[in-house]
Amino acid sequence: MTDTAALMPRRREVHPDPYYTDYKTSITRSPSLPLLSMESTPSEETGPRFGHDRLGALDNNLISNYTQGKALAVGERIRVHGRVLDELGRPVPHTLVEIWQANAGGRYRHIKDTYFAPLDPNFGGCGRTITDENGYYEFMTIRPGAYPWPNRANDWRPMHIHFSIFGHAFGQRLISQMYFQGDPLIDLCPIAATVRDRSQLDRLVAPLDMQNSRGMDYLAYKFDIVLRGRRQTMFENKPEGM
Amino acid sequence: MTQPLDILVETPSQTAGPYVHIGCIPTFAGVEGVYPEDLGLSPIEDGAKGEVITIVGSIYDGTGWAMRDAMLESWQADAAGVYPGQDGADPKVSGFCRFAADKDTGEYTLGTIKPGTVKGRNGLVFAPHVSIWIVARGINIGLNTRIYFDDEDNSADPLLARIEQRPRVDTLIAKKTGDGSYRFDIRLQGEGETVFLDL
Repeated sequence: MTDTAALMPRRREVHPDPYYTDYKTSITRSPSLPLLSMESTPSEETGPRFGHDRLGALDNNLISNYTQGKALAVGERIRVHGRVLDELGRPVPHTLVEIWQANAGGRYRHIKDTYFAPLDPNFGGCGRTITDENGYYEFMTIRPGAYPWPNRANDWRPMHIHFSIFGHAFGQRLISQMYFQGDPLIDLCPIAATVRDRSQLDRLVAPLDMQNSRGMDYLAYKFDIVLRGRRQTMFENKPEGM
Repeated sequence: MTQPLDILVETPSQTAGPYVHIGCIPTFAGVEGVYPEDLGLSPIEDGAKGEVITIVGSIYDGTGWAMRDAMLESWQADAAGVYPGQDGADPKVSGFCRFAADKDTGEYTLGTIKPGTVKGRNGLVFAPHVSIWIVARGINIGLNTRIYFDDEDNSADPLLARIEQRPRVDTLIAKKTGDGSYRFDIRLQGEGETVFLDL
């Protein structure tokens, strides 16, 4: 088994429906024709690698990285941590994990976000890290606020953190969102509901992790991520015609 | 009862949303000073071997509107068809680029070198192509496609050969518009819908 073995086929049934009428934007942004499926090729089995030397010391600390440590962001201090694994349960080491989120009031630092909750002058909203040799990562940040968004007349996003994960192959590329245990807005959110299988949606809800919290400092939430695996076999390379 | 398979399930995707730029290309989004520069500004450095090319295009939604908020990533081999990280790869080719639709026009631009033909398992040979991944608000799981080139021989490409409706092959082939310039438009839905991939 090598790093260029074929990827396991993506199990589309665990992923969101591309077309979901309650999430209005998806109606015109979802392909109507079937995807072309075939076994992965080198284009999907290889992928970019990013070295630890690229990271700054504060890159995974959203509480202080926008001011480069001069001042702290407003909000409930949290630590978000977990492991990146593949479908075989093996850690995915040395892979880039990027996150972005709204501030504690539910406002993004983005030209398109016009919600009147104020920007926090000490909060940018992005962070990144690279998993260690065991696939482990962690961030310090503030709990993002819920916020209203233009979809149906009174839709609110639950508190969430966006995750972008590379893995070691372009075919493993994944973007998802982490929700918070106990947030009543999850059940009302049409974006969360694009994942039709509730047991799969539950896997996006991070539990409160008191054992990894620190008194008088921060609460912890655990969020593990699973990427596509590679088929394990020695029988991949057949001579032509066999 | 049987033994358990012990296979985990991939984490479900969720849309990248309208603010994906904050997380992936923050400087482009106006969140400056967190990182020295955005990741994936170019897939090549000075001195990369091969023909320097520019690919321009738009991503159209099902109404024909050029999306202003899409983010794209590309991944490709070097001019000899070797992927970065593989033995003998061109050290000046990172192969990876991130770029976004222009917020006013919706047009994207990818500056790179033309990749070589790629050898796969079992003797398969793929015509030169750039792999593309598209995310945006309303796209619930990132869309994969490929850019091939109309001035290359695509006749034996194993992926293009799998497309039953032959006119649809054209949706994956960039049109040459000048010396080293190509146009590649992406249509998410409806007439001329791009072939999206699951591999």
